[in-house]
Amino acid sequence: MTALLELQGLHACYGQVEALHGVDLSVGAGEMVAVLGPNGAGKSTLLRAVMGQVATAGSIRFEGASVAYAPTHRRAALGMVMVPEGRGIFGPMTVDENLSLGGWTQRGCVAAQRGRVLDLFPRLRERLGQLAGSLSGGEQQMLAIGRAMMMQPRLLMLDEPSLGLAPRLAAAILEALGELNRNGLGILLVEQRAPLALRLARRAYVLRLGNVVAQTQPGETLTQDQLGRLYLA
Amino acid sequence: MPSNIIGWARLIAGVLGLSAVAYIAVTGNYLLTALGFAAIYVVFVAALNLFMGHAGQVSFGQNAFAAIGGYGSAILTANHGWPPMLAMLASALLAALVALVVGQATLRLRGHYLAMGTLALGLISYEIAVQWEQVTGGYMGISGIPPLSIGGFAAETDRQVFLVLALAAVLACWSVWRLRRSRFGRAMGAVAGSEEAAAALGVDVARTKVITFVAAAVYASVAGSLMAHAVGYISPEVFGLHMVVVGFTMLYVGGIGTTLGPLVGAFVIGMLPEVIRGFRDVQDLVYGVVLILILIRAPGGLAGAWRR
Repeated sequence: MTALLELQGLHACYGQVEALHGVDLSVGAGEMVAVLGPNGAGKSTLLRAVMGQVATAGSIRFEGASVAYAPTHRRAALGMVMVPEGRGIFGPMTVDENLSLGGWTQRGCVAAQRGRVLDLFPRLRERLGQLAGSLSGGEQQMLAIGRAMMMQPRLLMLDEPSLGLAPRLAAAILEALGELNRNGLGILLVEQRAPLALRLARRAYVLRLGNVVAQTQPGETLTQDQLGRLYLA
Repeated sequence: MPSNIIGWARLIAGVLGLSAVAYIAVTGNYLLTALGFAAIYVVFVAALNLFMGHAGQVSFGQNAFAAIGGYGSAILTANHGWPPMLAMLASALLAALVALVVGQATLRLRGHYLAMGTLALGLISYEIAVQWEQVTGGYMGISGIPPLSIGGFAAETDRQVFLVLALAAVLACWSVWRLRRSRFGRAMGAVAGSEEAAAALGVDVARTKVITFVAAAVYASVAGSLMAHAVGYISPEVFGLHMVVVGFTMLYVGGIGTTLGPLVGAFVIGMLPEVIRGFRDVQDLVYGVVLILILIRAPGGLAGAWRR
């Protein structure tokens, strides 16, 4: 069976500086995979590389086809959808407009998906006419994920969705992701709060200094001790 | 009814402004020409607002497209006897084509570099207008441009001309407002917010910028054509760097990114010299002081202050 996303020997560069040194990673259909690692490990770079937002070398295959040379917007249209670090919400636009932008690739019928998104995050329904910039951090994250869901993604990639959120809110956000995953959505989750991510994800990769230094098999969990060593070693 | 003092102040300012325009229009005052000019600039500034306010880009070269419109209309009507509307349409098409070609290359630039690249565009168009004498008349320009007309009806009196120009101004603001609220308008706003985030949503950023640039060029071209027909004479100076400076001033005084900003800015800046004419020798000084005061008191522009 072809994987949803398959990276082989992926390198990524910012100018002269290489930030990823040959990463192999895969996400199966309907699988939730976590990428863990300390600050500066290259987690965000990994997602940016998958979306074509940094210069890359190596293979990026989505549903079996190479997308390594496709521009970002083409990848998005294929169903590769990223919720970036800092959420990428357009503050001067209303919640409604932000959601509509998520329907950009859909052309035409977005009403049904819109209903599903608002059911997933009822809080957004109350705030439709409000400027996105005036939302709280948690609501903005809901909007970012809701907007991504408007694109009817085949693979959803999230960069630290719990960043800057109170623990309860972070748990709620991750719970929503778990529900999306149970409904069959493939998810690649970058997260610093390892325990939270490991509870949901089927498998995890640990990234350090641009290399995959460990990966878990389905059902296998990392103990606090092992995690600590991976982060600090 | 407004509920507070600021609300009343807005209402009174609005009523006063509109009555002043109505008074001048009805009495056929000499100020009508200045008002007409302001209306033409509304069209020009609405396009600047589209490209800069809504799409978050920058262009110092919009005068090039106004020049294409102005010279296109002048040459086709005065020298070749085309009907004005057809000449305006043909010129706008040419402006769109030029914007399409130039935009592909120029819009790869960002920020200050885009500003410099587009500035060059305006300088080049000025040089062409000066040097290509057989076609543009060089420094002498082109005179004898007929007034605007559709079918048998021609706008010949000052009042008729003003009505046409005012209609164009309102149409320009209204259409930009509609465009901003369309599906494409949201993409424009996304590009202005963050090109990376827009692309991640599937928006073709390069294409969005080029389309916006082309649209802005068409508005500028129409403004140039209106200028040619309203005055009956054009020269390179009309579409020089001065036009860009005035346009920018109007945009920022009126309120960049607002719907009514171009309208308010163009009329305030367009009429300001008439209002302070009495200061004679120190007129320029007063003009400068008023500008500075407006920008200090209403940094988001007059229309922005209005909305608050």
